[in-house]
Amino acid sequence: MLMALPAFAIYSFLYLYPSVSNLWNSTKRWDGVLPPEFIGARNFTYLATNDDLFLKVLGNNIRFALVVVVLQTSFSLLFATFLLKNTKTTIFLRVVYFFPTILSSVSVGLIWLFLYNPNYGLINAAAKKVGLMNDPGVNWLGDGRYALYAIAITQVWFHTGQMVVIYVAGLQQIPAELYEAAEVDGASRWQQFKSITWPMALPTTAVVVAYTTIQSFRAFDLVYAMTQGGPNNASDVLVTLIYNTAFASFKFGYASAQSVLLVVMVLLITWLQRRTLRVNYGDK
Amino acid sequence: MLYKSSKNFLLTAFALIVLIPCSIVVLGTFKTDAEIYSTPLALPKRWTLDNFRTLFDSGGLITPFKNSVIVSISSVFITLLLASMAAYAIARSVTISGKILFFLFTLGLAIPGQVNIIPIYVLFVKLHLNNSLIGLVLVNIALTLPISIFILSAFFKDLSREMFEAASIDGAGHWRIFRSVALPLCRPAMGATGIFLFVICWNDLLYPLMLISELSKKTLPLILIDYRGEYFSSFSMLFTAIFVASIPMVIMYLFFQKSFIAGITAGAVKG
Repeated sequence: MLMALPAFAIYSFLYLYPSVSNLWNSTKRWDGVLPPEFIGARNFTYLATNDDLFLKVLGNNIRFALVVVVLQTSFSLLFATFLLKNTKTTIFLRVVYFFPTILSSVSVGLIWLFLYNPNYGLINAAAKKVGLMNDPGVNWLGDGRYALYAIAITQVWFHTGQMVVIYVAGLQQIPAELYEAAEVDGASRWQQFKSITWPMALPTTAVVVAYTTIQSFRAFDLVYAMTQGGPNNASDVLVTLIYNTAFASFKFGYASAQSVLLVVMVLLITWLQRRTLRVNYGDK
Repeated sequence: MLYKSSKNFLLTAFALIVLIPCSIVVLGTFKTDAEIYSTPLALPKRWTLDNFRTLFDSGGLITPFKNSVIVSISSVFITLLLASMAAYAIARSVTISGKILFFLFTLGLAIPGQVNIIPIYVLFVKLHLNNSLIGLVLVNIALTLPISIFILSAFFKDLSREMFEAASIDGAGHWRIFRSVALPLCRPAMGATGIFLFVICWNDLLYPLMLISELSKKTLPLILIDYRGEYFSSFSMLFTAIFVASIPMVIMYLFFQKSFIAGITAGAVKG
């Protein structure tokens, strides 16, 4: 047990203790300079009843998560069914698809800043060329109606390859005899997908969906690099809001309360995923 | 046939969607801004390294590159050492304390590290660990210990007990068994975990953004954020900086694809 001591010391001092002190700080009014003042649950009641910005950002984050989860999960499942067999081509394609995962979010954000640029960005240039768009083009990141979704698309580009790999590993566990039997019975590809692939891949889907949802609620880097939450908080997500509440508005206590809510949400998602797996598969 | 051709179309389309933005960056490092804006995908008219020269002459990229290397390598090295020791202790423990310890570490998997920014900031200002690379290393270690211990202890549990018992009958102490039996056996797992950790540390933005304000201590992602403001309309500079910041990862990826994919995926599934 002594061998676990150094790890545990650092971990409890710089992970457990901060997490617990967050709970405590969330009951304070505190600007980071003057001593904190205890105000009970007032931060939370204010968050729930009076804070339109928080509700807006929460809504943003939920929409962001929905778009990313739906697109990323369906794309990665689709490509994984295509890339199931291990041949030279499929392995090569998996390596290509996975590539963005190794880049930093900041790099990815800056690359897409170029693609989304209203004047010379690749997306608008292509759309104008085929006549889908007129001058002046859509300002993807500068227009509050699109900014959040534009970042969500970037996130999908960024991590679909990683999910493809996870799905391929999951789908390769499905016994090939099932497909052979279905083939003999004359089942179509769609029927095979519906009655074999989809139900057998559900545990993997639970993992992918939970992971992607939690990633979406932890999102910070991409948003910070691309829009910093703008315009008018249209693309703000929870972590960018917490960051700004603490380090731009200096409301440390209030930001701690927001953090506590984020933790509760993430724990809830984790619990839901575990429960789904247990109920359906008796997995512990 | 319809299935086959739509499958090939979709697979090719997505490969292009991944590769085109990356090629724009690589080609862009050789181009002028005007060329990037007018013909982003064409080959450069003149292959010059002017962009690299401008960027390196301004001197801004070398220090953050060095800082990123120092922070990432020391974080990964120390985390792997501490995590493998702890994972070994947990995997071999027969008492309840091992289970409790494991539970406490897995708590860190459930609580997103991002929510600790405020307490860490306050603590680090008090300890004068802000604006310090050591501070960043400490944060990285704390943030990545839970996942590393989780992956490695699963691996240690799979190793056969008899082997450890044989070693201890031969008179080897815990430390000796750890060093001479456990560590050599788990080298592949350590490699994959190490790569996973390296990607996290190399690319992290949130904690450096909060803790580092001195220019001489900035890491690559921070300097890219600065460049975003400074070279807002000069994508030739931004692309060159992105290229330089990504090149270590890309080279490692080309050499160790398998460990990369295994490490990052294991981290994702278990986290």
